[in-house]
Amino acid sequence: MGVGIEVLSLNAWYGTNHTLQDINLNIPANHATALIGPSGCGKSTFVRCLNRMHETNPIARVTGTVRIGELDIYNDAKPVEIRRSVGMVFQRPNPFPTMSIYDNVAAGLKLNGYSNRRALDEIVEKSLKNSALWDEVKDDLKKKSGASLSGGQQQRLCIARALAVDPEVLLMDEPASALDPVSTSKIEDLIFQLKSQYTIVIVTHNMQQAARVAEKTGFFLNGRMVEFDSTHKIFTNPSDKRTEDYITGRFG
Amino acid sequence: MRSLADGAATGLAVLSTVLVVAPLVAIFVYLVYKGANSLNLAFFTHNPAPEGEPGGGMANGIVGSAILLGLASVIGVPMGIGGGIYLAEFGRGTKFANAVRFTADVLNGVPSIVMGMAVYALIVFWQKHFSALAGGVALGIMMIPTVCRTTEEMLLMVPHAVREAALALGVPNWRSVLSITVKTASPGIITGCMLAFARVAGETAPLIFTVLGNPNWSVNLNEPIAALPLQIYVYALSPYDDQHRLAWAGALVLIVLIVLAVSLVRFVTSRGVLKGAS
Repeated sequence: MGVGIEVLSLNAWYGTNHTLQDINLNIPANHATALIGPSGCGKSTFVRCLNRMHETNPIARVTGTVRIGELDIYNDAKPVEIRRSVGMVFQRPNPFPTMSIYDNVAAGLKLNGYSNRRALDEIVEKSLKNSALWDEVKDDLKKKSGASLSGGQQQRLCIARALAVDPEVLLMDEPASALDPVSTSKIEDLIFQLKSQYTIVIVTHNMQQAARVAEKTGFFLNGRMVEFDSTHKIFTNPSDKRTEDYITGRFG
Repeated sequence: MRSLADGAATGLAVLSTVLVVAPLVAIFVYLVYKGANSLNLAFFTHNPAPEGEPGGGMANGIVGSAILLGLASVIGVPMGIGGGIYLAEFGRGTKFANAVRFTADVLNGVPSIVMGMAVYALIVFWQKHFSALAGGVALGIMMIPTVCRTTEEMLLMVPHAVREAALALGVPNWRSVLSITVKTASPGIITGCMLAFARVAGETAPLIFTVLGNPNWSVNLNEPIAALPLQIYVYALSPYDDQHRLAWAGALVLIVLIVLAVSLVRFVTSRGVLKGAS
């Protein structure tokens, strides 16, 4: 089951560039939350702070508190532990090129020393079913490379790979922006199904997408969070003038 | 006009390819022409005949070369790959890594005879006798820079997205490097090892100072042993026509064995590659 995320005065830097300034918000459990905003506004940096991927860049720095469930992720745990319970899907599909479809899905477990074959088989099947890819790949799980799939299939493979380690939270950084419309709608359907089991945070450039999949939406601008509210309110009656300007296409 | 330019460019590319391949083909044809007549079963089963007598073979040299190259690979491949992994993954941007990289490049440029002298001073001089071991060390050290630098280059070509995918799954960095990054780069790393192997396989100069050569059968690592390049060198300088022919045959066998070894490694490592993997 998913857990809620509580963010308190989060600040992030790349070198001297202050990319996130004093972010506070509560992301509800078992819902999809969308983050929108123009390029460079800090929304990708924000999700990368939720699984401590931000700090894998040597010049990056973070201050503030992030609680995922009961866990204060910057003080109570190591990055590798957090990343096992907070899965991530990237903008461009990035399957491991040398691995079969099966090994791609099992990678997170295998590389952490999990080797029960029968349980792995079950987890791989379940994850691929959850990511709506099972029927398309079940016949050549171990024969074909993950890289041989189409872009949309690769992205669903990456979602299956993230689900296989049984996370509580799923971060998606523009998961459909490199995909065609059919693949995009498949990913959106998937988000709709998955949010009953996981807390989903999705960064998107596509405002219709945010409106379709998310209950809550946050609007980021220049490293600050301008407004966070129910998706319906953000898109029909935003409180802030800047949100309204962005939604109506006056900039960005 | 455009098709003319296209034709010219294609023509130039074909011409360059021919120029690249031609020397190898020429050498090979010439070796077959000069050496194939002297190739018989005895060449592979007999040791060199005593001075001035006809016949004999290079069985000890073939086995000796295999031992030396095996030793060299055992030393050069792990050290080179380990160094390359350090340079690309762990030491990136540090002063120490820059120093290592510079040293490897300099080492790559050291003439092979100097390498022989260095190992002579370091091992042979203290042991007070020539040995296969010293030769293996000399060839192994010569392999290190090539293996190290190609490993580094190949690892740096692995897309950042692949590393991020592993880290985001909660895989520790060292595990991600060994199981994901190195594995993804492995075809290129193997090519680097093969290049280094083929380069030292024909080396003669460092062996003169370390292995010395041996007309008799020996597989003792602590004794001088025979090696194909050394035997070729000795025979090529000898006054007897028969031995000249054997030298040609030896050169032919050396080249064929290198090609076989490289192909074998390629074949073995390419099995299990999946459909569609790039």
